[in-house]
Amino acid sequence: MPSFVNPEKCDGCKALDKTACQYSCPNDLMVLNKDTMKAHNQEPDQCWECMCCVKACPPQAMDVRGYADFVPMGASCVPLRSSDSIMWTITFRSGQVKRFKFPIRTTVEGKAEPAGGWDTKANLDDFTLFTEPASTGLEAICAPGTKTWKK
Amino acid sequence: MTDFETVKVDTDLLILGGGMAACGAAVEASYWAKKNNLKVTLVDKAAMYRSGAVAMGLSAINQYVGLKDGENTMKDYCDYVRNDLMGVTREDLVASIARHVDSTVHLFEKWGLPIWKDEKGAYVHEGRWQLMINGESYKVIVAEAAKNALEQNGHQFFERIFITHPLVEGGRCVGAVGFSVRENKIYIFRAQAVLVAMGGAVGVFKPRSTGEGAGRAWYPPFNSGASAYFTLKAGAEMTCQEVRFIPVRFKDAYGPVGAWFLLFKARATNALGENYMETRKGELDNWAPYGKVKPVPANLRNYLMLQDVMEGKGPIYMRTEEALAKIADQYKDDKKAYAKKMKELESEAWEDFLDMTISQAQLWAATNVQPEQKPSEIAAAEPYFIGSHSGASGAWVSGPKDLAPPEYFWGYEQMGTVKGLFCAGDASGASSHKFSSGSHAEGRIAAKSAVRYIVKEKPGLPNVSDQSVKQYKDMILKPLKLYEESQPKSTQANVNPAYIAPDQFRMRLQKLMDEYAGGVSSQFTTSGPLLERALELLKLLKEDSASLGAKNLHELMRCWENYHRMYQAEAHVRTVLFREETRWPGYYFRSDKPKMDPSWLCFVNCMMDPKTEEWKMKKVPIKYLFA
Repeated sequence: MPSFVNPEKCDGCKALDKTACQYSCPNDLMVLNKDTMKAHNQEPDQCWECMCCVKACPPQAMDVRGYADFVPMGASCVPLRSSDSIMWTITFRSGQVKRFKFPIRTTVEGKAEPAGGWDTKANLDDFTLFTEPASTGLEAICAPGTKTWKK
Repeated sequence: MTDFETVKVDTDLLILGGGMAACGAAVEASYWAKKNNLKVTLVDKAAMYRSGAVAMGLSAINQYVGLKDGENTMKDYCDYVRNDLMGVTREDLVASIARHVDSTVHLFEKWGLPIWKDEKGAYVHEGRWQLMINGESYKVIVAEAAKNALEQNGHQFFERIFITHPLVEGGRCVGAVGFSVRENKIYIFRAQAVLVAMGGAVGVFKPRSTGEGAGRAWYPPFNSGASAYFTLKAGAEMTCQEVRFIPVRFKDAYGPVGAWFLLFKARATNALGENYMETRKGELDNWAPYGKVKPVPANLRNYLMLQDVMEGKGPIYMRTEEALAKIADQYKDDKKAYAKKMKELESEAWEDFLDMTISQAQLWAATNVQPEQKPSEIAAAEPYFIGSHSGASGAWVSGPKDLAPPEYFWGYEQMGTVKGLFCAGDASGASSHKFSSGSHAEGRIAAKSAVRYIVKEKPGLPNVSDQSVKQYKDMILKPLKLYEESQPKSTQANVNPAYIAPDQFRMRLQKLMDEYAGGVSSQFTTSGPLLERALELLKLLKEDSASLGAKNLHELMRCWENYHRMYQAEAHVRTVLFREETRWPGYYFRSDKPKMDPSWLCFVNCMMDPKTEEWKMKKVPIKYLFA
């Protein structure tokens, strides 16, 4: 489903210039009611259930309730995302609980270095790109006549 | 109505979009632009770290050729793509992307994307071209590198700006116009070249879901056909507008099936336990030579399944219980090893969903699915326009000088038929199977080419008069004005004789496309007369698009998304009508032209005159590199 907001936990991200859920939603669904300082999903039927808002919410005030037209009630998938991994708690309709933890990145947040440590040996006129050929692992870019072109 | 401020931004290269292709373009352009004293500006309608089709994450990278290890050659990849698309493919473009995609994947790994490795340190493959990843933060990482590249080189990016119009002057694309979805601001971007990477289109056809689930498309609901609209409106030639994509996925939530088919070797069967890939094998002869190759093209696999569905042999099941029993059988003498293996597999299966389709995990939990006990339903989704996956729709672009035959080369690779208009990802056509990684690589190719174009041609910036700024502003804001002015005409904001709300407009388009252009409810079947009727209804819809009403900025964005979808729909209907055959029977079936016809082994391209909105259709010959 659509994401929803627990009013007891939502504080309207009062310390920030915009709420985390508004900043994150790829579909511009989250809005903040400035009178109540509570956020809500303004268009639940356009929600992709990507959980970008849920993962970003500082006080963990958000969750998703499965789409009402085909998901039976009573289950949940709750993420807890840290800087290098994500933990999921899956609760079944039956009450069964499963928990999984997956890595999400191998570098420090914010530190992705565009060149990846590779030099570029290319000119504007050729078809070799930034960081190439080093980043391809080949001496030169694959082209007709090279052994990587065809056997 | 509140006044809107006009913000003017001048740049050299304007990158439109923030998804995989745009992020690739940002990294590449940052480097080449700095070397040549040029400025790059990127504009995204969302927040880059979670925008585009990979916003949620992915559990696999679908294009890795493995050239450095001699795993495959370029010919192998081109053969695969050509056959999957029933012969209709630009091998020069496919090869151009494929020779850079490994570099892009190696960069992803350096940036921090966890790619699965085996004991020997080699990438774990899901299939021949597919790599397994821990991809929850795939987009976060790729966007981070793009933003770092832009910032380190003195460039800039804007978020939450929605693009509505191309700027075209003297036959060159020289900028774009749009509005902020958060503030009362109109933006005029003047540029020497424009790189379009605003994704494909969802929501052109009626979704299977009703109500809340309408947002649960396989491809994201926020991809509204912005690329196709922008390139059409710039006057660019388009290709493969008939080649839609319909994925077969777990039913309703559209969770990925790749891991179950490829990694766990599961079969799909009908309710009688028959494997349609075996019982209907003979049908594949009708689609030779493509029906005879391995793997069987995606659209033909769909078609065999749909035949079972139409004969009432559903539900169609992914036999998870059978696949897991087979694996259990391999460990029958070692209970400890079996328990360990099952734990590993369970985690892999759930991660596959949680990384890219959380709804599927939710649905399994809500229906108490135990995959080792019971199979799960699969089904064909609704049609999407996604030239980066197994569809092919997009702009007709130049190939690279060293690979393209003369007919496909006009100076700068990835440039459309309008000068200065570069396209990548879902924006460029006839280069399918680039997926997330290839789209990023293609964005890089397009960006370098665009910088070369600016350096060589020095197109300069356009003159945008105050009068034309005012015209753009009036056009963009018209739905807000109409809504406000019309309030006295009804006691209800959502039912008013003067305007149509964006969600209602979208549903009208979707119903029309569903019923006449081969949507879900006709099992993807259409015909000449049905398509002619679709065009009549589209004409009325287009007239009514002048009466879209918006109550706020969010709805204004929804109105503009609907203009996009409407143009994508018309390009599709006209092209399906023009191509008098059935070539991709699992994507759409023309009941009046039910067979593949060798005389249609060609591209169908179309163009729309931006002023008169008259369409021209044409056949374009296919030139292969390998076949």
